[in-house]
Amino acid sequence: MRPKTAARVMKFFDEPVEFEKQPGIGAPVWRGRAGGGAALQAFAAAVRAAGGRLAALWGSDERPTAGCFRLHAVFGIEAGHAWLALDLPPDLFCPDLSGIFPAANRMQRAARDLVGIDFEGADRRPWLRHGGWPADWHPLRHDIGEPAGFANQVTDYDFVRVGGEGAHEVPVGPIHAGTIEPGHFRFSVVGERVLRLEQRFGYAHKGIERLFAGRAPAEGARLAGRVCGDSTCAYAWAYADAVEAACGASPPPRALGLRALMLERERVANHLGDLGARGNDASLAFGLAQFSRLREDWLRLNARLFGHRLLMDCIVPGGAALDLDASALSLIVEQCEAVGREVRALRRIYDEHAGLQDRFLTTGVLDMALARELSLSGLAARASGLILDGRAHRQGYTPPPPWATLGVRPASDERGDVAARAAVRFAEVAESLRLLRELAVGLPAGDVRAGLAPAAAGAGLGVVEGWRGEVIVGVALDAEGRLARVHPHDPSWQAWPALERAVLNDIIPDFPLINKSFNLSYSGADL
Amino acid sequence: MIPVIRRILRAGIVSEPRPEPAEAVELDRLQGEIRRILGRALAIRQVDAGSCNGCELEIHALNNPYVNLEGYGIRFVASPRHADMLLITGPVTKNMEHALKTAWECMPDPKLVVAAGDCACSGGIFGESYASCGAVERVIPVDARIPGCPPTPRQLLAGILAAIGR
Repeated sequence: MRPKTAARVMKFFDEPVEFEKQPGIGAPVWRGRAGGGAALQAFAAAVRAAGGRLAALWGSDERPTAGCFRLHAVFGIEAGHAWLALDLPPDLFCPDLSGIFPAANRMQRAARDLVGIDFEGADRRPWLRHGGWPADWHPLRHDIGEPAGFANQVTDYDFVRVGGEGAHEVPVGPIHAGTIEPGHFRFSVVGERVLRLEQRFGYAHKGIERLFAGRAPAEGARLAGRVCGDSTCAYAWAYADAVEAACGASPPPRALGLRALMLERERVANHLGDLGARGNDASLAFGLAQFSRLREDWLRLNARLFGHRLLMDCIVPGGAALDLDASALSLIVEQCEAVGREVRALRRIYDEHAGLQDRFLTTGVLDMALARELSLSGLAARASGLILDGRAHRQGYTPPPPWATLGVRPASDERGDVAARAAVRFAEVAESLRLLRELAVGLPAGDVRAGLAPAAAGAGLGVVEGWRGEVIVGVALDAEGRLARVHPHDPSWQAWPALERAVLNDIIPDFPLINKSFNLSYSGADL
Repeated sequence: MIPVIRRILRAGIVSEPRPEPAEAVELDRLQGEIRRILGRALAIRQVDAGSCNGCELEIHALNNPYVNLEGYGIRFVASPRHADMLLITGPVTKNMEHALKTAWECMPDPKLVVAAGDCACSGGIFGESYASCGAVERVIPVDARIPGCPPTPRQLLAGILAAIGR
């Protein structure tokens, strides 16, 4: 359903903040301005009381267009997303939201590192800044200039110490023992038992947000597709949604169908990879061999039909970069049937394999209350019983096209352990294969790309249900219609702290299995 | 157990034959070269110095049954101290510069270094910035480069073999 063109003013939870629906056909987003820090805190508390989530938070230097710095907070509520902006005073003081939403902690610290926002009474340890640039040099300020040959100093990080007899620390990373992204895990243990896990990230921070500034909106798509390589479709789509909302453009229906097709192919590719790797983590090499064979078949068809194994650069603002003909669509349908058959057989083997289930069951448990408290989204939330899926209908929420007509059935499991996350992946592969067949058969005719006329000072927010969870991209254009600020937000921001908690009843040798059962992104959250 | 064996038999051996005679001769020569220089096998330590994870996905694919990297006597190891080659992805972030140098220092000679992917080769789309040192060669010496965003498993395999043959 297209929203009515006239702006509708909405209020949520009896809070005074007024919201207007974002125009366009993307996921439902309401934009509002908080009157002050207290209003922001009150709204956040109301969202929390209603069972909502903190979906994203970032700082922005909007002095050229609005005359001030702003804090942006996106909340996941029943009806979709409430995007709240707060004008900051010249001293950049801002209320701390981490007491209401613990997930705010790292996002606020990143906003402090990059923009220099001062969150009152909050955790003041740097997050993305390790020692490569000075504390008073904030890369996302427009007038900060080029970095002046800063020395790269190795800094210590103030980990929380665990005391007591026999307690000791096990440091892991930033280079891990496999082909994995960089990050540091600090375990405090007694014997084998994990008492505390604390993460230190930022190792993959390569300054993506600053790179967006000044580019044309069409140019930013390539960069958005490289925030997190395994979720390139989700990011490219969320970015395109945001740019389209900012420019008032609507992609044609065939383009939406193609985007969904690519997003579901990305989901299946990642799930196939993960299911194989989970087998391997529990010493069932057979699982890795079988699933990696299926994944390779899947990626080869991607290369053949889309010209790229991981589908990079296929989704662009305004639509899709390419079209598929009838024979390509029938190849997709055929492959879905073949892969579906094999995955069903492999699932039976996984389910009945005593050794595998012994490692999976009751390992790395995350319960629903904690998942909610930590603002989790996506696969990890669904495996803890929180049925949140931006593609699916729920009470008070209608998904954007093309999902609304597909009747997406979200997978869920209440156990919250490694087994649950594997079961959700199996269920989602089956559902995605069904969706792919429906999308391929019912792809609307017509163009795949609409024109895009950049709008001065426009802004937009895109939300896409990627394979890992909710991918959000916020875009603001400057007076010339170029990108002033882009903030890509990965679901891993919220899920990494959940991992710190999920390992607490287990031992270090189970950590690789638990960690990879979430399979979170480092690059996506380090930016 | 029986269903597992049945699946294995049904899937069969999918490892791909060498595509063209000329290339096959070259591969045989390189495999001989690996044995001569390094003994029985080549041990690779992969280091992600700040990539988007795209290159890692394709490096994982080297171990799938189609490419079957271990069939060439090449395997990934957990420690740089056990490695003949560092296979590095990503632009080197400022935050990874120190760790990458440490890993390189830990390696035994001949310290082969291969930059995998556009970012590692040239800095790629991320380039040099306040947070990124750019190409791997800005931080440690590089012996060979495998361009691509990301390079395909075949390109990675060819690049790794070529690096040994130098």
